[in-house]
Amino acid sequence: MGLEFTTGRLADTVSWARKYSLFQYPFVTACCGMEFMAVWGPRFDIARFGAEFPRFSPRQADLLMVVGTITERQAPILKRIYEQICEPKWVVSFGVCASSGGFYQNYSVTPGIDLVIPVDVYIPGCPPTPEQILDALVMLQKKIQDRDTWSQRNYEIQEWTKKQAEGTLAKR
Amino acid sequence: MSQEVLQKLQQHLGENVLEVHDHRGDETATIEAKTLHDTCRWLKKTAGLEFDMLVDLTVVDYLEQGRTPRFEVVYHLYSIAQKHRLRLKVGIETDTPEVDTVSDLWRNANWCEREAWDLYGISFRNHPELRRILLYEEFEGHPLRKDYPKAKRQPLVRRPREEFEAVVRGSGIGNKRTLI
Repeated sequence: MGLEFTTGRLADTVSWARKYSLFQYPFVTACCGMEFMAVWGPRFDIARFGAEFPRFSPRQADLLMVVGTITERQAPILKRIYEQICEPKWVVSFGVCASSGGFYQNYSVTPGIDLVIPVDVYIPGCPPTPEQILDALVMLQKKIQDRDTWSQRNYEIQEWTKKQAEGTLAKR
Repeated sequence: MSQEVLQKLQQHLGENVLEVHDHRGDETATIEAKTLHDTCRWLKKTAGLEFDMLVDLTVVDYLEQGRTPRFEVVYHLYSIAQKHRLRLKVGIETDTPEVDTVSDLWRNANWCEREAWDLYGISFRNHPELRRILLYEEFEGHPLRKDYPKAKRQPLVRRPREEFEAVVRGSGIGNKRTLI
């Protein structure tokens, strides 16, 4: 073996580690949950992507899966859950109801959870198939690796602003 | 069997029964609102009738049909002992949508009437705790009324998309090409 070391940026390595150990908080409110459970099972096996372990406390999770319809009454609860998750955190909007309100165009349903919290990946479908969920997970992993999610970009802006104020911004 | 119930009801109430309907077992009687509570008590307590179960309590809004009175409260009754059914209807005026509660006769009417209040704004006299059951306290209006605007939303929290984007794009940095 000639290869004894590789070089890379620390941020890339950290992102690489993060994307293969997603701890999800399933915020399951509706029938989409059935498809979501199927993904956990042996047939589709979300464990292959390192994201199989649900944490039932938002403080231990970093991926918020919003699965199902969010009503206006529930929106403050969802926002609070989101705020309890430690940075860096990611949100997947699962199914049309969470993404846009779906066919519930009425007084009670929030027309898209992105009116309440920022969303990284949307999954269409009513309900989405397990393959779509895995596809979304891979998309999210790519975004995490690219540091292109809301949470990571927000962090980098804060760092950039801080360094600019200190005058320690690296020249390119 | 249920036709007997209708006959008994007509004998008991006389002209307070405004209309009866009977087709393949859906015996329905429209009665005067002021006699509602007494009638329900009579239906529940009288031997041979014994309507001991309130299956459902709903409201209909006839705004688009232009009917007066505009609202109709519908009571679906069932007798477990006698195995017969009866549907009672009560017309409610628009300016004072109010009717007596039946929650002292059937306990489940408590929640049914709260739902009717929540979604249709029908007020029930002598109800022990008439407040919203499905929607939140901050909600204004009664959304299942036909004059409630279809597209109206009353959000509790809302952070518009533009705000998120301002957080990240406001300074013109933050996309992949300008990472630190």
